[in-house]
Amino acid sequence: MTVVEEIAARYNHWIVVFLMCVGLYIVATRLNMIKTLIGLAIFQTSAYLLYLSPGKILGGTPPILTEGGQGGAGLYSNPLPHVLILTAIVVGVATLALGLALAVRIHEAYGTIEEDEVAASVDREDNAG
Amino acid sequence: MSAGAEAVDWMDHLPALQVAAPMLGAVVCAIVRRGAVCAAISLAVCLAMPMVSAAILCDVLANGAVSYAMGSWPPPVGIEYRIDALNGFVLLLVSLVAALLAIWMPRSIAGEIAPERRGWSYAVYLMALCGLLGMTISGDAFNIFVFMEISSLASYALIALGRDRRALVAAWQYLIIGTVGATFYVLGVGILFSATGTLNLDDMAGIIAEGSAGGAVFRGGAFIVVGIGLKLALFPLHRWLPNAYAFAPSAATVFLAATATKVAVYLLIRFIRSIFGESIQTDGLDVQTVLLALACLGMLVPSLVAVLQDNVKKMLAWSSIAQVGYMILGVGIANVSGLAGGIAHMFNHAAIKAALFLAVGCMVHATGVCRIGRMAGLGRTMPSVAAAFSLAGLGLIGIPGTAGFVSKWMLIQGAVEAGMWWAVAAIALSSIMAAIYIGRVIEIAWFRAPDEAVGRPRAVPVEMIAVTWIVTLGVVYFGLETGVSIGIPAIAAESLAAGWAGGAG
Repeated sequence: MTVVEEIAARYNHWIVVFLMCVGLYIVATRLNMIKTLIGLAIFQTSAYLLYLSPGKILGGTPPILTEGGQGGAGLYSNPLPHVLILTAIVVGVATLALGLALAVRIHEAYGTIEEDEVAASVDREDNAG
Repeated sequence: MSAGAEAVDWMDHLPALQVAAPMLGAVVCAIVRRGAVCAAISLAVCLAMPMVSAAILCDVLANGAVSYAMGSWPPPVGIEYRIDALNGFVLLLVSLVAALLAIWMPRSIAGEIAPERRGWSYAVYLMALCGLLGMTISGDAFNIFVFMEISSLASYALIALGRDRRALVAAWQYLIIGTVGATFYVLGVGILFSATGTLNLDDMAGIIAEGSAGGAVFRGGAFIVVGIGLKLALFPLHRWLPNAYAFAPSAATVFLAATATKVAVYLLIRFIRSIFGESIQTDGLDVQTVLLALACLGMLVPSLVAVLQDNVKKMLAWSSIAQVGYMILGVGIANVSGLAGGIAHMFNHAAIKAALFLAVGCMVHATGVCRIGRMAGLGRTMPSVAAAFSLAGLGLIGIPGTAGFVSKWMLIQGAVEAGMWWAVAAIALSSIMAAIYIGRVIEIAWFRAPDEAVGRPRAVPVEMIAVTWIVTLGVVYFGLETGVSIGIPAIAAESLAAGWAGGAG
């Protein structure tokens, strides 16, 4: 098996890894608070995909019980990851909402949402006591 | 469980009550939004919680681990609440701190937070409590993530309520780092879930112990350890903590310092000891060594930074990071005495740091100053608060006869048994630095003339002083009478050493 085939066979994992790195990189390097939040959202999305992609089976049916036991085909997608990620998405939305609210409050208090400018003001206040 | 029986047996449903009561209280507070009414609700809820957790812990100590099937769906399909000696102990710790704080906080909040926000502050306080209790009690890896985010989101809001505008920046930093931490945790759980097919911790421990999960244990474990490490401010992942503690309202600082990091330490112990066990050691990197190295660095470097601080809240915050190092040292020392020492230090440090921050909260309430240089003469102007601070400070240093000495002694015993003399040296060195930074405050407070510019302090309400002294006397009491502060951690450590999967219950 060549390297390319190996990557292609697990392409869903590589997408997860790519999104994770992109998200973390944005969070670590961007100074604008809105951009940081965008990075955070991308980072969280990688976790959603990590759960969802193995839960889907090609050709699988929705996991619905029919009369007399299991669904007709017998092959069904795992419903649990979808339920978990629905919860995780709600958590992510709440986090983003709170983050945006804090960014608004910081803008009101400091007149900027650039982290280096805010940090400079914080340093001045620290030294002034 | 007995849900189907004619009469509901409330004793069976205590584990659900432990989480549901604070959550309902928080919702009611958010609807009512009147400061005084919300204070009464939070007091009622918080005073009931220690009784619930004490009842659960007694049950656990008498009959072994308790398993509660949420919504009567039997585990591993449903969410299981599983309580053994370890998390029963942490539950009691968190709810006791919450109860004492609920008595202390109303007047401190009235002094620091604008009237229209007071009601909300109780709502987020109860929500944070709900999240922390949920993280502790739950036996389901994904459920723990949800409660982790509930407690974190509430803590961010709680910190942002601080009166200084720097509180907003502190809350922002904590939000970014906390969310990255929680996402690391959930990524790790996802890897373990796809390898084991279960989210139930007990089930997962069993499958991992069989060895069928392979390398996924290490990959998932690494994500989980880093994620929890961010939450518990494990050095060098601590950057969010000092500002968050320094600029949050005093009551929030006490609550977070005494409970939030302790619950994260509990989770780390649970995952490393009960679930991963030996399976995480198979790869080239030795997790034990990494933890020990971080613990020792964490005990020394933040202590040194604490010595250089000018703001008393920041000094105590840096000291908290150092104390987390002690607890992790207990996890790293693989034997029973070391682990028991780490668990005991969780409890003792919660009491000590709560007492210190409560005393500082009283000083801030009375004078409004946080700078150590301006605390001169507080021993003369407010002797009872300064005395409580000094006594709890002695506990932090680890003077014999205080709770701090007991757990440090157990850690030293564990280190000696394992032949880690360098760990003993690190504990001693870190304690000397604690003596320097606490000693400096004691010297300035007691032996200098009062600062004229600060003015006469306001009278501190009697219940604030009373709670501060109750916790301070607790520090001394648990140093002398060690039945609880050594007894229960020893039981918890032995049950951890004996293995969790297939154990009691």
